[in-house]
Amino acid sequence: MLVKLSINGEQHEADVEPRLLLVHMLRDVLRLTGTHIGCDTTHCGACTILMDGRPVKSCTMFAVQARGKQLMTVEGLEQNGKLHPLQEGFMAEHGLQCGYCTPGMLMTSYAFLEKHPSPSEDEIRWAISGNLCRCTGYVNIVKAVQHAAVKISQGGA
Amino acid sequence: MIPAAFEYHAPSTIGEATGLLAKLGEDAKILSGGQSLIPLMKLRLANPTHLVDINGIPGLSGIREGDGFLRIGALTRESELEESELVRTRYPLLHDTSKVIADPVVRNLATVGGNLAHGDPANDHPATMLALGAEIIAVGPKGERRLPITSFFTGPFETSLRPDEILVEIRIPVPPARSGGAYLKLERKVGDFATAAVAAQLTIGADGTCDRVGIGLTNVGLTPIKATGAEALLKNKAPDEGAIKRAAELAAEASEPSADLRGSVEYKKDLVRVLTARALRKALERIRR
Repeated sequence: MLVKLSINGEQHEADVEPRLLLVHMLRDVLRLTGTHIGCDTTHCGACTILMDGRPVKSCTMFAVQARGKQLMTVEGLEQNGKLHPLQEGFMAEHGLQCGYCTPGMLMTSYAFLEKHPSPSEDEIRWAISGNLCRCTGYVNIVKAVQHAAVKISQGGA
Repeated sequence: MIPAAFEYHAPSTIGEATGLLAKLGEDAKILSGGQSLIPLMKLRLANPTHLVDINGIPGLSGIREGDGFLRIGALTRESELEESELVRTRYPLLHDTSKVIADPVVRNLATVGGNLAHGDPANDHPATMLALGAEIIAVGPKGERRLPITSFFTGPFETSLRPDEILVEIRIPVPPARSGGAYLKLERKVGDFATAAVAAQLTIGADGTCDRVGIGLTNVGLTPIKATGAEALLKNKAPDEGAIKRAAELAAEASEPSADLRGSVEYKKDLVRVLTARALRKALERIRR
């Protein structure tokens, strides 16, 4: 079945089997390998991308369900060679150790900050509760999101 | 993990969808949010040969009050329920529930209709809908049926929906004045199924006694459980501390949990007792506030 969709503002299409998971289309067909496959069981959120602005787990959707949708993946955060404040925040605050959960953490946080520009620590922890960090580096992930929130409010994005 | 191959159908009307279901029979499954079905397909615990994706059918989403009911479209995402001002201010039990289903990312796809139609006794909406006295609107090739929630859950992963029917709407009677509710869930971590959870909904009459009582239990039996003994004990009585304690004991007696990694039978039954008492107290607090 032909799937046409927009990813990070660019049109893509591919002829895929209905059973192909969206994350496999992103990584294996379109070679956008920034999105990770973690648990493959809808728990960990490493595969989180935005669909029409909302974070979803791309391992728990078929590619055919994304026909006509606007997707955003971690590759879409950097603009004109400049890192997004969230990416800067994760670097500055050591928000990653092994880095496996990072693409999902970034995408969930991106959508969250759009709705909650100056969140409390509790709100951040609630927002990322569907994304697991196996290194358990949550303290610095929270700091990284706070860092980005301040940057964005100062006109950094 | 790769699911088994299937044929994908994306109807654009309910009529087209029920026509497909009638034609394809037991080989077809409805794809709504997919947050339970797709994991089962990846594990090959479900192997439908046809998927009927209802996401492209207009008019199946939305939350509104009308004709004495809160009407929730089956395709309404859990996150929409969670963000709804109407639900937050007027249906605290439902709002509580929406916040603890799976995790925030899953809730962006997971649907209210799917949570019920899946028939999983570990899902959270069933107990809440039992407590709220909801009804299910189903549409099939022969028309619409209104199914009372009390007879909707017929077995583990089984409901009174026919194979060619689609759950299109959930209707919750608008609660009278002096009503309130609460959902309390113990989970090992965000995203886990409940070790046990309790939904309680109360309406207090002018004389201070309970006009209406609804108590539903999650994940402590083969189906969601309506704690009718506890409800009967409270009905027309003042919900004082003694009555709450006795009702909580009856709810625990009504539960039929099995032992697993989340705890022993004894532990879970006692958890039902504790959560029932707390949910009833919280419902009362909300009424009196």
